[in-house]
Amino acid sequence: MLKTETFTLNMGPQHPSTHGVLQVVLELDGETVVQAIPNMGYLHRGIEKLAESRTYAQFIPYTDRLDYVSSMGNNLGYCQTVEKMMDIKVPERAEYLRIIMTELNRIASHLIFMGSLAIDLGASTGMMFGFRSRERILDLFDMVCGARQTYTYIRFGGVSADIPSEFIPALERFLTDFPAMLDEYHRLLTGNEILYHRLKNTGVISAQRAVEIGLTGPALRASGVDYDIRKVEPYGIYDRFDFSVPLGQVGDCWDRYTIRMEEMKQSAGIVAQALSQMPEGTVMASVPKVVKPPAGEVYHSIENPRGELGYYIVSNGGTNPYRLHVRRPSFINLQVLNEACQGLLIGDVVAILATLDSLMGEVDC
Amino acid sequence: MQEITGLFKIAEILRAILGRFLSDPQLVDICMSLINIGSIFTIISLTAVVLVYAERKVSAFMQRRSGPNRVGPGGTLQTVADMVKLMAKEDIMPAGADKWMWMLAPILLFIPAAAVFVVFPFDNKAIFADLNIGVFYFIAMSSQSVLPFLMAGWASNNKYSLVGGMRTVAQMLSYEVPMVLSILGIVMLAGSMRMSTIVAAQQHTWFILLQPIAFVVYVITATAEINRAPFDLVEGESEIVAGPFTEYTGMRWALFFLAEYANLLAVSVIATTLFLGGWNGPWLPGWVWFFLKVGGMVFLFMWFRWTFPRLRIDQLMSFGWKVLLPLALLNIIVTGIGMYIYEFFS
Repeated sequence: MLKTETFTLNMGPQHPSTHGVLQVVLELDGETVVQAIPNMGYLHRGIEKLAESRTYAQFIPYTDRLDYVSSMGNNLGYCQTVEKMMDIKVPERAEYLRIIMTELNRIASHLIFMGSLAIDLGASTGMMFGFRSRERILDLFDMVCGARQTYTYIRFGGVSADIPSEFIPALERFLTDFPAMLDEYHRLLTGNEILYHRLKNTGVISAQRAVEIGLTGPALRASGVDYDIRKVEPYGIYDRFDFSVPLGQVGDCWDRYTIRMEEMKQSAGIVAQALSQMPEGTVMASVPKVVKPPAGEVYHSIENPRGELGYYIVSNGGTNPYRLHVRRPSFINLQVLNEACQGLLIGDVVAILATLDSLMGEVDC
Repeated sequence: MQEITGLFKIAEILRAILGRFLSDPQLVDICMSLINIGSIFTIISLTAVVLVYAERKVSAFMQRRSGPNRVGPGGTLQTVADMVKLMAKEDIMPAGADKWMWMLAPILLFIPAAAVFVVFPFDNKAIFADLNIGVFYFIAMSSQSVLPFLMAGWASNNKYSLVGGMRTVAQMLSYEVPMVLSILGIVMLAGSMRMSTIVAAQQHTWFILLQPIAFVVYVITATAEINRAPFDLVEGESEIVAGPFTEYTGMRWALFFLAEYANLLAVSVIATTLFLGGWNGPWLPGWVWFFLKVGGMVFLFMWFRWTFPRLRIDQLMSFGWKVLLPLALLNIIVTGIGMYIYEFFS
């Protein structure tokens, strides 16, 4: 009597395409996925617990290590939360610098997404091109804060230092070159028939399901839900800029890809607007040496490249947070993996993982 | 008849020299066969060295990098250094592997890759065995490489390897059929399966001009046959790590690599011979033309690899059976009708 049975394939934690140390336990029927259970925790460092034994200022460098390809956003979210608790007013110039840096970081993060998607689908040239352009942005960050990846640039009350004189010409050069770069990627990847057929109609997440699970960021907007915190609840000075939020229709991998490509263009537009409006002045408000927010609790969230990054801080009036919780979009977005993968093939799991764009540093806080 | 130059001339000179030292003409024949075999193996092993270097340089060129540039002038000795490293590597056999099958697989894969070189016309008369079923021999031999992949995949006792092995069988079997049918058009035109006859028939018109569809089908199926991107599902790094090769280390892995590049050269040679006029060409010696055309084909295959994303397994199968196969069949029908009309009017 012939019979078939499913088998378990442990994809990860050491696997070329799980973007770090994610393990996906695949139950396969031949090549078809019956179940895909993400197994997290391989990069758990206890950052939330560490916060309780650090002062508020000491915790800023830890936020860099959450979503380590968009550290500027992590800094911003945390600093704005503490500023909200203490009612600190940030100088105009610092607000503009924050916008420029986080939007540049969004481009850098999406370039990594594009590169890793390309190499996960077997087109390694796409990755090289993505990382090449990201290098230009990292050079810019290097100028302003001396670091290429963990910046700790945004502080309570402003930013750590004003930009050097060579920064603005370099940024202008980048903004001039960027449309041509983007065009090159579109020609290499977006126009590719194979890529289109790999991504189109794979890993469809309905708008209703996306909302139920709590997806945010491009993964949610791909399903057609118009939710971008920069528009819905503008933090900082986002209400002063003119930009559009790209939306998808189907919620498949293709939509998640095209939305991010379009977001890069919008971000470049925001940077250009911010650069032209940026006033002169100081970049740091006067902040007490010892940060002691009044007792109470506050939640603040920003739109990071991967979705809604929220910080929830409970203060008892001391120098350390009583409790700090980070709402990590990567972690929550990853919860949809099993549903999105069912009935598809191994190759699709890779594409879905890449387009959900979860970053393990943020999944395991 | 074209004047005989190049490689055959060299062989004649060698034969004359040997004739002075060896009295028995039979001994001379044996010596010449050994020399021919030796040169074919030299070509195969040199190919791997040169092509690996070329691939890394071509990929670097496409990705705006410099590629290998440390070992030797311009990095030319990089592959040699890699080879030395691979030979020094520990030979690890996975626990629970089927020992004999596992050890035989890389060797068995190399045999068909080397055996097809017998029928390649490198220059006028420079062909080891001008079989009257040359094309058939090539197809028969190259299809033998399916089994070693499955052996390696099964014997490794690894799930990635097994999935990779299964994919190989599915892929190679379904792309073999349109490949054979695309070559059939050439055989109809030339009226022979003998390599030298096919090349001679292209003295004035290359078959790529008469059989453009067959050429396209051939190039696509050949890419799938040698498991290169966009059809590299067998190794599909981001999905199944390295497929059947996952558990191999050191020289065993290098043998897979060697076979892969020998196969790349083989399909390029066949494309040159069947579609691009073989060694035919003005001014330059035949073997220079031959290697120029082969080099062009190899570059084309590398270009594919470094530009395209990978197909998915179901898309691969449906493309093979639903697009390429009907196209190849259509090509045969059109060729047949065309030949009939041509004969009717001349």
